[in-house]
Amino acid sequence: METIRLNESEDRDFIERVSRESGQAVENCYQCGKCTAGCPVAFAYDLMPHQVMRMVQMGLKEEVLRCQSIWLCASCVTCTARCPRNIDVAMVMDTLRIMARRKGMIPPGRGRNVALFNNNFLRSIQKYGRLFEFATMAMFNLKTGQPFREADTGLTMLRRGKLKLSVTKPRGLEEINRIFEKVRQAEKEV
Amino acid sequence: MKFAYYPGCSLETSGKEYDLSTRAVSKHLGIELTEVPDWSCCGATAGHSTSHLLALALPARNLALTEETGLDVTAPCAACYQRLALACHELKQNPQLREKVNEITGRPFHGKIKVISILEVISSVGLEQIRAQVVKPLKGLKIAAYYGCLLVRPRAIQIDDPENPQIIEQIMQAAGADTVDWSHKTECCGASLAVSNEEVAIPMVSRILKAAALSGANCLVCACPLCHFNLDMRQLKVNRLRGTNYYLPVFYFTQLLGVAMGLNPQDLSLHTHFVDTGQVLKLVG
Repeated sequence: METIRLNESEDRDFIERVSRESGQAVENCYQCGKCTAGCPVAFAYDLMPHQVMRMVQMGLKEEVLRCQSIWLCASCVTCTARCPRNIDVAMVMDTLRIMARRKGMIPPGRGRNVALFNNNFLRSIQKYGRLFEFATMAMFNLKTGQPFREADTGLTMLRRGKLKLSVTKPRGLEEINRIFEKVRQAEKEV
Repeated sequence: MKFAYYPGCSLETSGKEYDLSTRAVSKHLGIELTEVPDWSCCGATAGHSTSHLLALALPARNLALTEETGLDVTAPCAACYQRLALACHELKQNPQLREKVNEITGRPFHGKIKVISILEVISSVGLEQIRAQVVKPLKGLKIAAYYGCLLVRPRAIQIDDPENPQIIEQIMQAAGADTVDWSHKTECCGASLAVSNEEVAIPMVSRILKAAALSGANCLVCACPLCHFNLDMRQLKVNRLRGTNYYLPVFYFTQLLGVAMGLNPQDLSLHTHFVDTGQVLKLVG
């Protein structure tokens, strides 16, 4: 990890924003490390969950929003369930992911495909109202340059009636489209 | 007993065993399920990873549609359950936010219904009643009940203890099966990362299979289509990539309940798994 000059990097506005948007008193974290001890994905993280919490407390905005961990967090909520300070750590991770996306930051390393998958998933919902599994996977494969990823799995599923080549669209598609538009609008006003 | 039924996207495709067996078992137990009219996706992980407001509005549309039916809603999928239940909780707690979300969905939700997991619905029939329906006790099965994350966390929506839940064990024991005590029943299987970063998900699946095998279980039982797909399909991959030799069929609890109640195997879709279920089911006879 590179050297961090605290006197130059503390961002008060960032600390306040994370607290407000996550609804969590981030200053309450006393670094016991229970979140990290229980995190099932920590082995793949660049910053451990307790380090993310500490860096939020110190207002190290760039460092936190640039890490892979906020994208690799599987939202299993074990950290939250075990936090002795009652901090919803998973909600903080969610908030950081949302902030990074809003700032248009390109997720680093393994985070890139997580963001790509999420975007494809939501595009499917906006377009069809429900997740079109087949099309979403095919699109993900194309965009990540691995067109035949899981082709054998797909064939097995098709044979067993577990893959549909069409999707049942709800009648309220316009309604769903409007939800996406209105959320976008409301978030621009914040 | 009557409930609105929210199948969710996976139950129409990769999780069809769960949909079929849930409907069959519910019918047999006298639970009437009416599909939520015109339901749409709950947003799942992609939704709450992207926008807090979107993660409320997508479930809110379905909650409003359900409220029009006057029934409480059950969602078998653990992810759908968690998203619907959390949105329901938050919108009930915060009328101001509810108003804002109602304006976005254009469908007023008044916070008058409850979201209940299918595990709770079925166990509310009563263990004695379930026992009375068993014609083929699940003898020979040593079940590792796997809950994953979404049914037991966070606290606001947990259906049982987040570290050592028992509800699946109770139902399976009522159906005549043995259950094992084991360490990984609420450990995350990494399903949400499995498509984008499979090399991260594989060790997570592997740890769960190892713990189940060490406990002496001969099958896994779950209540989530995402866990199911991940543990069933990726079990073969774990074996191939890591030189292991796990053979642990992964069932939905509704499938085994159906077997115990003597329902037609076709209606339970026992033949569509990746890990063959035949050998273990022979033990039941």
